[in-house]
Amino acid sequence: MLVGMVVAAPPVIGVLALQGDVQEHLVSLAKCDVTARPIRRPEELDELDGIVIPGGESTTISKLLDNFELLEPLRAKIKAGLPAYGSCAGMILLANNVLDGREDQHQLGGLDVTVRRNAFGRQIDSFETDLDLAGETVHAVFIRAPWVEAVGGDVEVLATVPVTAEAGDAAGRIVAVRQGNVLATAFHPELTGDERVHRLFVDMVRGSTEEK
Amino acid sequence: MSTDQVTGTARVKRGMAEMLKGGVIMDVVDATQAKIAEDAGAVAVMALERVPADIRAQGGVARMSDPDLIDGIINAVSIPVMAKARIGHFVEAQVLASLGVDYIDESEVLTPADYANHIDKWAFTVPFVCGATNLGEALRRITEGAAMIRSKGEAGTGDVSNATTHMRKIRQEIRRLQNLPEDELYVAAKELQAPYELVKEIAQNGKLPVVLFTAGGIATPADAAMMMQLGAEGVFVGSGIFKSGNPAQRAEAIVKATTFYDDPDVIAKVSRGLGEAMVGINVDEIPEPHRLAERGW
Repeated sequence: MLVGMVVAAPPVIGVLALQGDVQEHLVSLAKCDVTARPIRRPEELDELDGIVIPGGESTTISKLLDNFELLEPLRAKIKAGLPAYGSCAGMILLANNVLDGREDQHQLGGLDVTVRRNAFGRQIDSFETDLDLAGETVHAVFIRAPWVEAVGGDVEVLATVPVTAEAGDAAGRIVAVRQGNVLATAFHPELTGDERVHRLFVDMVRGSTEEK
Repeated sequence: MSTDQVTGTARVKRGMAEMLKGGVIMDVVDATQAKIAEDAGAVAVMALERVPADIRAQGGVARMSDPDLIDGIINAVSIPVMAKARIGHFVEAQVLASLGVDYIDESEVLTPADYANHIDKWAFTVPFVCGATNLGEALRRITEGAAMIRSKGEAGTGDVSNATTHMRKIRQEIRRLQNLPEDELYVAAKELQAPYELVKEIAQNGKLPVVLFTAGGIATPADAAMMMQLGAEGVFVGSGIFKSGNPAQRAEAIVKATTFYDDPDVIAKVSRGLGEAMVGINVDEIPEPHRLAERGW
């Protein structure tokens, strides 16, 4: 028996559970040896080491964030360094600027990027493809997805749409980014059963808790 | 690594419905109503010619909306737009797909165009949602390519009792499959009139392979919350909003109650001062040939 060894408790990662594919993110996180829980109230933010903003309808989530007094507290937490990961609608909410959103749409912010909502088109244009994410091949599912149109100097681009003849306007568009403790993908790794993107986020969360 | 961009896959179709979970999809007949729904926090709107309550009151054949109205709705809002086609009317579905709608509801609320066959939904890039009153019906629709299932309820009544029955029935039949020994699943598949592979998958996973919403007769925040507690993953509201005294406020209240479906304090708060709910009709008082839930098989 090892004596005197302190085993750190697994990090606690919340999934914003106002609307969207919350369950799929909880399942993906559970595979990464963390405690994952749905979050709907401001007081539930306090125990978190990280937060995931799921896929869903960004205008609905934005409105509910405001209605249920989560917008300001969550914005403040992310600004103060709480690690955050957003997929699709989550990417839209974490972006500092959004094009083609509603005028009254709120941003959590944290990513110095400009995102275009529904950039790839309507559902009929939704697609799957393989892409290179920081050196690894990932199968990416895009559903009425946004893309990143402009990035600030501190933003690391992790993935772009492969340039092929059929890709058209989408070719080369930025679809995964990281800035400090904030990660975002335009696609849905939670739908493919491949938890590598979630592991990347969990590593960011672990790194951030070690710093404390 | 395959960099081909593949559209219309089951994953992309079913995934779209996953993104709607925990949300409210509202019936609208024009762009003005669609704006009210989006302002209230709807995750999507459903375009149709007349809301079910009016179809009941006015009678006649109910069909797909006018393409001009659908275009108007698509241009008015940035959220997904769904639209209804008649059961079996694959050309209405082709038209809706050509207009760029995001989901097609092959709906018993409209007058069926084919009393034997539903639409072959695999043939389309756009995904379909279909109604079901029980598990067998849900599985037959999934076999035909439906990427999302909703209870039928009794649309246009404001009476939630049929939706309750359908939600309970579907969940109960799933639980029954989970408890069957493997060698009895063959007969279960026969009884459900559904493919064995799908029946086996449900017995193993304890849930449908697609998202399950509720629909039919939902008129109040408490109705929506009850359906969520009964296992719905989201809510369709038809006549309940635009046949009520204050559609904007009621729509917003139903959205909030769907998110906090298990918190009676929130449901109580949002239920205050909503004004008149739709008057409603008791399902029992509708003669059987006029019951919509019995359309589709």
